This record gives sequence, C-alpha cells and structure tokens, in this order.
Amino acid sequence: MKKVVWGLVLLLVVLHQDIWNWDNDRLVFGFLPVTLAYHAGLSIAASVVWLIAATTAWPIQDDDDSVNDATSEVAR
Amino acid sequence: MSPGMIKVTIIGVYLGLLLALGLFSSRLFKGTSKDYLLASHSIGPFLLLMSLFGTTMTGFALVGSTGEAFAEGVGVYGMLASSSGIIHSLCFFVLGVKLWSWGKKYGYTTQAGFFRDRLDSDKIGLVLFPILVGLVVPYLLVGVISAGKAIEGATRGDFPGLTESGAIPPWLTELVICVVVLVYVFFGGMRGTAWANTFQTIVFMVLGVVAFYLIATGLAAKSVADGRAHQTTDGQRVVRTEPPTGLWDSLHIVSQEIPKARRVRDQVTPEDQIESVEAPPQFRTRERMDPWMFFTYMLIPFSVGMFPHLFQHWLTAKSGSAFKLPVVAHPVFILIVWIPCVLIGVWATSGLINIPPPIAGDPNKVLGFMVKSLSGDVLGGFLLAGILAAIMSSLDSQFLCIGTMFTTDVVVHYGGKDRFSDKQIITISRLFIIAIVAVTYFLSLTDIAQTRVFQLGIWCFSGFSSLFPLVLLAVYWRGLSKWGAYAGVLTAAGVWYALFAASEFGAIENWSVDFTIGERTIHTMPVATIFFASLVATVVVSLVTPKPSAETLAKFFPETT
Repeated sequence: MKKVVWGLVLLLVVLHQDIWNWDNDRLVFGFLPVTLAYHAGLSIAASVVWLIAATTAWPIQDDDDSVNDATSEVAR
Repeated sequence: MSPGMIKVTIIGVYLGLLLALGLFSSRLFKGTSKDYLLASHSIGPFLLLMSLFGTTMTGFALVGSTGEAFAEGVGVYGMLASSSGIIHSLCFFVLGVKLWSWGKKYGYTTQAGFFRDRLDSDKIGLVLFPILVGLVVPYLLVGVISAGKAIEGATRGDFPGLTESGAIPPWLTELVICVVVLVYVFFGGMRGTAWANTFQTIVFMVLGVVAFYLIATGLAAKSVADGRAHQTTDGQRVVRTEPPTGLWDSLHIVSQEIPKARRVRDQVTPEDQIESVEAPPQFRTRERMDPWMFFTYMLIPFSVGMFPHLFQHWLTAKSGSAFKLPVVAHPVFILIVWIPCVLIGVWATSGLINIPPPIAGDPNKVLGFMVKSLSGDVLGGFLLAGILAAIMSSLDSQFLCIGTMFTTDVVVHYGGKDRFSDKQIITISRLFIIAIVAVTYFLSLTDIAQTRVFQLGIWCFSGFSSLFPLVLLAVYWRGLSKWGAYAGVLTAAGVWYALFAASEFGAIENWSVDFTIGERTIHTMPVATIFFASLVATVVVSLVTPKPSAETLAKFFPETT
C-alpha cells in the first residue's frame, strides 16, 4: 500500500503543473477563475490522499506511541 | 464613539482576552522547563492540528496572499497554497512523526540536539544555531510588518491628526503586538502558546469567512449603486441596475469584473468602460507567471520541514497518532483561508472599487483597505482582530522557539545541564526572547519594512527549504556523515546569501536565477539553486567521509543494523 500512496503523492505533484490551464480565463460556476477552481480541487484531493496514507501507511506502529519519555530527565 | 475608537476598542478587548488565556494557562504550569518548552508532551490531535496550522499560516497567508493576488493575479494560490497542501502534510508525515518518536525517546527539544546525536557531532549545533536564528528573525519581521500595514490600511482617515494619513502608525501596532505576544508566551509557555494558537486559528478562520461574505456582498452592492457593474442581456453587455440578491449573485457580479483591471479602466471615461475596455485576463489566469518559476516555487513549502518552531510543536504531541488529523486536514484548512484572500485580492484589481495610489502602491495594505471600505465599524473591528490573530498565532511559536534554542543549544549545552535550575533556565529563555523581540521590533522600523511582505517571506522560506535535504537524509539515510551535514548547511547559507545579495536583499521583485539553453532562457526561483546545491554538497561529501559510529546508527536505524 505504501507504493500506492507514494504513487498518489507523485500524481498530485504532476497534476500541480497544470500548464493546460495557463491561459484559460473561463469562470467556473460563473465566479471562480478556472485555475483557482482547479487548484482548490487539488487541495481537496491532497486531503484525500493523505487520508489514505494515514489509514494504510502510517510510518510508526501504534506501539511506538508509548515510547519512553526521556525528556523528563533531559528536557534540554 | 468614533469609527476609529470602535475598532481600537474591539481589538483591545480581543488582545485582553488573549492575555487572560495566557495567564489562565500559566495556572496549569508545572514549573519545569519541560512543561514550559514542550507542554509535557500533552497535546492531542485537535490542539496539534490548530497549533500547527495557526503557526504555518501567518501574515504571509492573509495580508501577503491578498496583496500578491492584487499584484500578480489568481495564480498565487497554485504557486503556494495548493503546493503547501501537498508538501506540508508530506513533511508532517515523513518527518514529524519520526522526529516526535525520537524526540520523546531520546529527550530532544531542539533540532540542534537531534543533529548532534544523529551525526555524532557536537559542533553541528554551533553551525545550525546562528543560521536558524538568522532565518527566524526575518520570518518574525514578516508577521510584525504585516500587522502594522494591515492596521494602517484599515484605519486610514480614522484618526486625523495622529498621522498624515489619519491612520494608526505601524510602529504603534507593531509595538502592541510584540508586547501582547511576549506576555502570554512569558506566562503560558508552550501550553499557553498551543491554547492561544487554537483560539486564534478558530478566530481567524471564522472571521475570514465572515470577511469574505461581507466584502463580496458589500462590493457587489456598492458597484451596482455606482453604476460600475454589468450583466449580459441578449448577448449585450449592459450596466446592471438591480441590486444583488445574495452571496451567489454577488460573487457573479464581482468576479465578472476580475479581468477588467482598474489600472486600464482608469484611462477611459466610465461610459466607455463596458464596451471598449477588455483588459488582459492576466488576473484570472497565470499569464504573467513563468511556468518554470511556478514549477520551482514548489520547493518553497519544504521550508516547513526545517522550521525550528514547528519542530518544537511536533514534540508537544501526546502520541504519534495525534499527527493523523493535522496530516489529513491541513490541505483543506489552507483552502479555507487562501481562496477568500486570493479572490479579495483580484477583486481589488477590478474597476468596482477605487484603490487609492498609496494603497495600490503597497499591496500589503489592500486587505485592510477592503475591510475598512466594505464592512461596518464594529464588524471591521472584529475582522481586524482576525487578521491580527493569524499574525500572532505564528509570532508566539517563533518567540518561544528562539528562547528554547538559546537556552538549550547554547546556555545549557555549553554551561552544563546541572549548572542551572529549571527556574533559571526559564528565566534565561525569557530574557533571550525579549532581546530577539526588541531586535525584530527595531528592524521593523527600518527600510526593510518597505519590502513587500511576500518577497521577504519567500527569501526566508527559501533558506529553510534549502536545509530540508539535511533533515530528510538524517531521518532516512544511514550514509549521512557530519562532514556532509556541514557541507550542506554551509553551502545552503553561502549560496542563499550570494543570491539574496544579488537580488539587492529582496528589493528586486520576482528576482530569478536564469539559465540559457540554446536560444531559450529559463527563469527559476532562487530556492531551486540553493536547494540542489545543498543536496549535492551533503550527499557527495557524505559519500567520501567517515560515517557516524555503529552505536549511533543502531540507535536510529535498528531495523537495518
């Protein structure tokens, strides 16, 4: 699943370079410039990708949540 | 009560609430330096989300994005906001969680502490400390200057006699902001900062949406009343006379005017404007942007990976799972704040509202001016409080992290950890914070304050971004050596300074590093050159120099040892 997540992140980066929208001055819904609407959609897509990452490819085990707290001694 | 006094009173009450929150959180203070600096690792998912988001969204996000959209058009969202949604969460995901687990396990409070351990190098802290502090100070300046400009733009004409423009002078706003943040950081420490960040993030997000509604509907109503709005009837563009019927209708009225830049419309008489002036659509496309500049802008958000104040916030997390909510919600939160600001900025370019030359000449003042022009005095006061909330929610973390770095990386590390009591450590931290705030405040009174906030922020972020390869390699590459780290940091610092100087210290707007291939010239953001120079130096020098000890590698990479 990790490979799928990294593939999706890479896809987001590629989609971010939307040169096909460069000169498009159409208004979406009659008020939102298309380049702004496209990148707003990309922000939502990013949240979805990170939701998939958080639920399927979290970088540490749940057990690691309870790692020993050394800062009580050091705090520095 | 005069309009100016109404705004000042509302802002005063808001600042008072913040002080009360800081003082209240101090009642939970356990008296230890760990609690003061890291809130005893007690911050859960919601507080972590709000404090991380509030910290990354500063005056740069509100005042700067509106001003830059006014100057450059809607492309500013894609340039920084949507890319940040991808990259910031990536940094939280690949760096934040790992560093949190090591920080809690091995007792780190600062980046220098981690790098010293990871690289078996005591001196790396001496190299990193001045560079990180040197980069945080301009970041602080961005916030302080934004506050001064926003309030100046919003109170223009309210206080005749006080200044030439009748506005609250920036120096006064900046002084008040510095003192208020200083006080609640002083008493509340990291817990107070996290609480204040959460409170302020909610305030600026809610008030941002309210501001958007008021400005959209107010601008539409005003433009119809002034005979400046148009509609298409039977294929003909005609002046609209019916008032707007709600938010949706207002959005249509004001957004249709985006491509008709005021600067062009000013040159013809009103009766000729609708039919004869079709200004370039640059403000609703990215015509003015270079595709390579846009592409290389994507490296700027990597700065989040090396912000010292975010490192400290990461360490406050209660558990690794607490990061999940910030990772997922961050991109959508950015959208909620940036889309309204960018739209307000491009609406200001249209012929619907007269932006006076002093405001148009200083884009940082555009948001404040729009708020003042299109909302009542009471709501205007609340909206100004929202702008200040966004700014202060970053300043507090930066103030605290500066004090933490000084006490941890310099005083305690070189003075000896048993030499100072917890109380003395906290006192030293507070004194250093005062010194840095004083330096920042005086810098804000110099000519640097005349630089566009956005430009200053970009240079500051470029510096942090260029250190991203170092932290990424430290977390995931066993082959990183201390000499590689030195090479990377010094290369980043040297190239950054050389390019910053070449741009006349940010005075040349949109300065780029140009490469000529054949007959074509490619313009790139300076961050690309600094980033890759630093990456290459770190990797190449690491490959040919001794690695950290086996014991150190086993500590950080047990699974591969």
